[in-house]
Amino acid sequence: MELRLKNLVKDFTGTRAVDTGELTILDGKLTGLLGPSGCGKSTLLYLISGLQKPTSGRIYFGDRDVTDLPPEKREIGLVFQNYALYPHMTVAQNIAFPLVNRKVKKAEIRERTAKMASLVQIEELLNRKPNQLSGGQQQRVAIARALVKRPEILLLDEPLSNLDARLRLEMREEIRRIQTETGVTTVFVTHDQEEAMSITDEIILMKKGVVQQQCGPQQMYLDPVNQFVASFLGSPPIDYFRFPLRDGRLWITEGYSLPMDVRHEGGILTGIRPEAWGRGDALQVQIQTVEHRGKDTLITFGLAGTRARALLDITDTVRPGETIGVTLRPQFLYLFDAESGVRIRQEEEQ
Amino acid sequence: MSRKKIGRPENPLGNTRFSGRAYLYLLPAFLVLAVFVLYPIVMTLRMGFYESYVYLTDVGSGFGLSSFRYVLRDPAFQLAIRNTLIIVLVGVPITIALALGAALFINSLTRGRGVFQTIYFIPYVTSTIAIGLAFRWLFHSDYGYVNYVLSFFGVAPQKWLTDPNLTVVSVTIFTIWNGLAFKIVLFLAGLQKIDPQYYQAARIDGTPPRRVFFRITMPLLSSTFWMVVIVSVIHAFKTYNEVYSMYDGKSAGPGNSAITIVYYIYDMFFNRSQVHYASAAAIIFLLIVLALTALQKWISKRFVHYV
Ligand SMILES: Nc1ncnc2c1ncn2[C@@H]1O[C@H](COP(=O)(O)OP(=O)(O)OP(=O)(O)O)[C@@H](O)[C@H]1O
Ligand SMILES: [Mg+2]
Repeated sequence: MELRLKNLVKDFTGTRAVDTGELTILDGKLTGLLGPSGCGKSTLLYLISGLQKPTSGRIYFGDRDVTDLPPEKREIGLVFQNYALYPHMTVAQNIAFPLVNRKVKKAEIRERTAKMASLVQIEELLNRKPNQLSGGQQQRVAIARALVKRPEILLLDEPLSNLDARLRLEMREEIRRIQTETGVTTVFVTHDQEEAMSITDEIILMKKGVVQQQCGPQQMYLDPVNQFVASFLGSPPIDYFRFPLRDGRLWITEGYSLPMDVRHEGGILTGIRPEAWGRGDALQVQIQTVEHRGKDTLITFGLAGTRARALLDITDTVRPGETIGVTLRPQFLYLFDAESGVRIRQEEEQ
Repeated sequence: MSRKKIGRPENPLGNTRFSGRAYLYLLPAFLVLAVFVLYPIVMTLRMGFYESYVYLTDVGSGFGLSSFRYVLRDPAFQLAIRNTLIIVLVGVPITIALALGAALFINSLTRGRGVFQTIYFIPYVTSTIAIGLAFRWLFHSDYGYVNYVLSFFGVAPQKWLTDPNLTVVSVTIFTIWNGLAFKIVLFLAGLQKIDPQYYQAARIDGTPPRRVFFRITMPLLSSTFWMVVIVSVIHAFKTYNEVYSMYDGKSAGPGNSAITIVYYIYDMFFNRSQVHYASAAAIIFLLIVLALTALQKWISKRFVHYV
């Protein structure tokens, strides 16, 4: 079910936690709600769920205006950050709980509980209590409980934040698999950009309650609309430089420039992603530090008065202090207005 | 995360289990306990088995069970047991229900919680004697508010403090009111320990309020609930203050009609100076409380979720 938010605003005393403008969340897709801590992700999720009331604006599930509906009438499933499994009930009772409320017949409850258990692969745990489960297993139970009533929309609030690194990788694949198998429209809150990039169909990136950009993960990475988006995605993050723009060229150093067809009044900030650099002979730089990261090697060097980061191939053996030749791949290079952070595009792009 | 067990740090006192130093540190506490707890218990045990005993000279004679026989056959003791059981079996469930109701109400408030927390805590910090005085006026047959209020419901004025059939009712009401504040505090603490996300999850699933209460609140409150039951029952068994303060300690109402077990012990000791009977009654009381504690242990193992 497509989810539409119309100028949804939530004010807490003194702060505007959420201000969405027009926002559409795609039917049957996995959408990631991404942003730094305190940017209003959870608040937005609770507004969608109905647990919180918006200050103004409307929420539509498909054509249905649900703004004034209480949570239980919205046909949603919600997975909490710490799962909120009832500790005194078994896994089976936990999963069946929403169905018992709806006076579903006993036999059907048993059947649907079993089906959910097999979907999330916990058939053999049905008689355990939540405190006898690992974090990942609890997570699966929580998802099963949210899905057992066949909701129109599944909401997950930082579902992976309580898991350790390895389990987090495993569970995010699982969430992707379960979402694909059920086809339920899913909104997934996270503050981890890598998590959002790896499993979502679309990302909504928020900052201080305001949506910055909404698009597919790859497009958001390659084509950020502003400095905030560019900085938030990517690890190691993008670096910024104040290169001068003269005669239609961007001057990286006195002897190295790239053609840049922009017309802009005011200061310009150039963002360069570490993977934009490669070995070449455009520029000689002296390496300051070297960090071996497993799949690649991260080096730093001084450039235009600040520090630049570059990713080199893992087979490239370099040492600190060494001088090497590098070159830039211009597609990973972005210009922003120094004041507002808004992206400056080249003429032919527009 | 490493799962390696970290060894216990070296104890600076050495091996304390066999260290004389450790016992030296414990000595003051042991002494206090010995003088004020152990000695009285031993003395009570001893005195209870005398057939007669003079407190001032500490001389007892005849060793046996005759004091127990006397106490168990004493109609006043039987009345004391009956009254105490009324307070426990009628008073405690009512206090717990009222306290739980009040705690649920206060916990559901978003505003004005502070006011309520002050109001319900007043009886807890006020002395029972002062409250007893107030209750004497409330229950006064001619001028009391209780009769005044009842008159609106067409109930004839009752002699709450002087009718031997009603005195135990008055004492029970007094104990209920007197114990309320502390129980509300305990329940509120228990309720506030429950993660609000359980209620949010229940709301999303459209759980009706009754089911929320019985399937979520009560199970998650069960350890608190059980603790309150234990505290209340033991407290109710020890009822004495309320009787004392309503009748100035001279008697337990007309014909000792409001007598409780502990008041019986007190009365035997101070008013009648029959120390060996008082001691025997105290021992019987101790046995009852012990049996009760064992029963409670057994029940709690079966029915309480500690989460
Ligand atoms: N009940 C509340 N009362 C007042 N302010 C609130 C309340 N809930 C949230 N806020 C504020 O609203 C803003 C958004 O909070 P929210 O919990 O939605 O952030 P978040 O993006 O989920 O953060 P995190 O990643 O840390 O969970 C924050 O500034 C927060 O302080
Ligand atoms: Mg949050």
